[in-house]
Amino acid sequence: MIPNTKITAEVVQEHGLTEDEYALLLKIMDREPTLAELGIFSVMWSEHCSYKSSRVWLKTFPTSGPKVLQGPGENAGAVDIGDGLAAVFKIESHNHPSFIEPYQGAATGVGGILRDVFTMGARPIANLNALRFGDPKHPKTRHLVSGVVAGIGGYGNCIGVPTVAGETNFHPSYNGNILVNAMTVGLARADRIFKAAARGPGNRVLYVGAKTGRDGIHGATMASAEFTEESEAKRPTVQVGDPFTEKLLLEACLELMAEDAIVAIQDMGAAGLTSSSVEMAARGGLGIELNIDHVPMRETGMTTYEVMLSESQERMLLVVKPGAEKIAERIFKKWELDCADIGVVTETGRLVVKKDGKVEIDIPVAPLVDQSPLYRRPHVPSPKRPEIKAANTKVVEPVAALKQLMGCPDLASKRWIWDQYDHLVGNDTIQTPGGDAAVVRVRDTRKALAMVVDCTPRYCVADPKTGGMQAVVETWRNLTAVGAEPIAITDNLNFGNPQRPEIMGQIVGCIEGMGEACRALDYPVISGNVSLYNETNGQGILPTPVVGGVGLLDEYTQTVGLALKNAGCALVLIGETKGWLGASLYLREIAGWEEGAPPPIDLAVERKTGDLVRGLVRGGKVEACHDLSDGGLLVGIAEMALAGGIGAKLEAAPKGTPDHAWWFGEDQARYVVATADLDGVLATAKAAGVPARVIGETAGASLTLAGGSAISLDELRSIHEGWLPKYMS
Amino acid sequence: MKAAVVSFPGSNRERDIMMALERASGVKPSLLWHGDTEIPDTDLIVVPGGFSYGDYLRCGAMAAHSPVMKALKEKAAKGTPVLGVCNGFQILVEAGLLPGALMRNASLKFVCRQVHLRVEDSQSLFTNAYEKGQVIRVPVAHAEGNYTADEDTLKHLEDRGLVAFRYVAPDGSLAPEANPNGSTRAIAGIFNDSKTVLGLMPHPEDATDPHAGGMDGFGMFKSLVNALH
Repeated sequence: MIPNTKITAEVVQEHGLTEDEYALLLKIMDREPTLAELGIFSVMWSEHCSYKSSRVWLKTFPTSGPKVLQGPGENAGAVDIGDGLAAVFKIESHNHPSFIEPYQGAATGVGGILRDVFTMGARPIANLNALRFGDPKHPKTRHLVSGVVAGIGGYGNCIGVPTVAGETNFHPSYNGNILVNAMTVGLARADRIFKAAARGPGNRVLYVGAKTGRDGIHGATMASAEFTEESEAKRPTVQVGDPFTEKLLLEACLELMAEDAIVAIQDMGAAGLTSSSVEMAARGGLGIELNIDHVPMRETGMTTYEVMLSESQERMLLVVKPGAEKIAERIFKKWELDCADIGVVTETGRLVVKKDGKVEIDIPVAPLVDQSPLYRRPHVPSPKRPEIKAANTKVVEPVAALKQLMGCPDLASKRWIWDQYDHLVGNDTIQTPGGDAAVVRVRDTRKALAMVVDCTPRYCVADPKTGGMQAVVETWRNLTAVGAEPIAITDNLNFGNPQRPEIMGQIVGCIEGMGEACRALDYPVISGNVSLYNETNGQGILPTPVVGGVGLLDEYTQTVGLALKNAGCALVLIGETKGWLGASLYLREIAGWEEGAPPPIDLAVERKTGDLVRGLVRGGKVEACHDLSDGGLLVGIAEMALAGGIGAKLEAAPKGTPDHAWWFGEDQARYVVATADLDGVLATAKAAGVPARVIGETAGASLTLAGGSAISLDELRSIHEGWLPKYMS
Repeated sequence: MKAAVVSFPGSNRERDIMMALERASGVKPSLLWHGDTEIPDTDLIVVPGGFSYGDYLRCGAMAAHSPVMKALKEKAAKGTPVLGVCNGFQILVEAGLLPGALMRNASLKFVCRQVHLRVEDSQSLFTNAYEKGQVIRVPVAHAEGNYTADEDTLKHLEDRGLVAFRYVAPDGSLAPEANPNGSTRAIAGIFNDSKTVLGLMPHPEDATDPHAGGMDGFGMFKSLVNALH
């Protein structure tokens, strides 16, 4: 052992460990740790790596199903899509780094999730992202939007993976704590999915990819603490991305995976070499011995502590089959990347790290992982909010309200963003950004994957359980609207400080609602990420459990989009409308009132309605289809009209429903379809026991309401497309 | 038609263009690597889009000095047709096979969207399946596509009919908002003097499928097959 830096109470505290956690560490080690060992416990037991506050609740998610090939616990989840292929996907947050350094924070978020997916043996085919920014009026917001979008584009465009879908919202609760969640979907051979469990004592451990520097040290610990004014001084802990190196790493890894060479592979993400080596050893029930002197470094004089905790990007750890080192060396040399033999799998069950021939780290792996702290933190349910009656809300003439809504930050077109993302590379993007879900073809088959990210935080804060349910259901509905069969989800749970019982109550409520929706829809959770402590100076964000959903089309030509295609088609509203205005965008934007219970969800009705709609789409009975969500019916129709450049004449609201509730209520389980086969659609809906009602027909170049109130598509488009470019200029 | 596609570390649209070439010709193109010092006999050499060597120095600048480009220049000098798309166009310019320069987009941002191009010449190897003046819809996806050249070069290009495509409005008229990157005289693609080399920023290869981007770009690949069989 090297002479020890004195481990004082201050040093322990700086490493984010509580007194109890340090006592547990001492029990496991049976001696005082070295500084490097303390560093390893610190990152492995951080919220980010250990899920210590959320683990007990995450276990309640349904994670299995006939199509699930890999559930949570590996680098990413995988589902069977037939033809011997698997869809591999996961979502991950990079919230804290993106607030401190938006370009690099967002870029490395994309890089990290791409690695998670190709580590599994999958070629990434699409990226998605879910972004939450503060109030547009806040002085930092514009700078953050600009940097984050450029960072996501900079990384994804260069590596050549299309960025096909996403969502962007604004709310003052994110002023000091933006959310940047990135998702990647990849394709792998179902019989060749790579995992991260070390096997075979004596097998060599290889380090491949970029060199290690001092960047990102303690990123995982930073991601596990609240922000304060001083946090911006942590800029050096944000990593720097190099998408070109990642592209080489991707191609080299996939080339090596085609050989019979790899026992286990794990990307060096949060907590770098530490978490990758510890997790590999733990999953295999074995030990790993590393020699720091052989790690490729780009700086001199790095200590063991720094090397083990660096979060330098574009690196992988491999365990290879005996004799396969040569194959790896040849392939990584071709791609001009480092490939270094830095250690060996052992039977000891210990992580042993040597430098200059001396042991500097010697930790038993099983207790480090299995005995990591687990908290069932106290939680209180969010207070129930009252139902809001339409009669008690402000009434604004529908076309005037529509104009205001279509130009509000949450509903305004995000074209300014997706124009900066290469969403076409690969030439398989069948449905581009701006629709309900993106559709990307599975090359060499007739199939396509549909994918989407969704969350409605204002529902989650109003009623966490309903909001959690709605986030899941919204993705399911969006996949359904493009004709896909929803298969599974990945989730990114973004919340405030879990040590506050009311925040923990939001976490528990959202997870409960999400799990219930997943069970009812046979729509399991196969991967995910938790990001807590999204607070600045004690102000938490809105609860934001982002859901990424993936669905399958067996025949890609069957998909339809939301764009109206022809005049003279009937517009049919499918699903029941009561005119629910509580927690709606209308209420917030028009009445300036963020109140009320969110629209209730009936999962059986959801399923029945969605199954009907999917059948109509796949059966070629509809020309366009759109699910109704933010802003309600009139906003949905306006979006369809703008996408297709074809207007509509709309019938009056049914008797008994006030105009503003009919047009802007956010009742769930609803879709609008455009059809030339009205009788067929109505008969099919009737047979399925789902309400369907003609609400108008496609016509002209404006939206015209019964009674004559109207707006031209040109005016509507300039309102809808105008806000974001104007805001950013 | 036998085609060879040159790829560099960081190329990323080679698969797209190989698919388009195969759709038009029925023949799978061969793929060359940046370190190759020889190019086998071929009817067409294609330099695809992407971020060769990360585009870290200046787009295309490093690729222009790779071993395979030396071989490509020799072939081009002997008359083998060469097509450069996006990063490929930047590389051909850096290699001196085409005049001018591709600067940062006027918006200073990456831009990916559908644009309209007017076909300025329908007599070339690359454009004979189109009509002169025809407007086609194809995507762009780049951050450095702002074509710039000195007045003499521009005059030479215009006088000799070497401008292949211009960015236009859907009705074929020139309009500032139809130009996605600020290119001088809305130039989207140019030929060399013998019209055996074409470089363009837009991606016709991503408009060769009725279900993914439409078929407007297919004419370029059909033209090549018409000319080169």
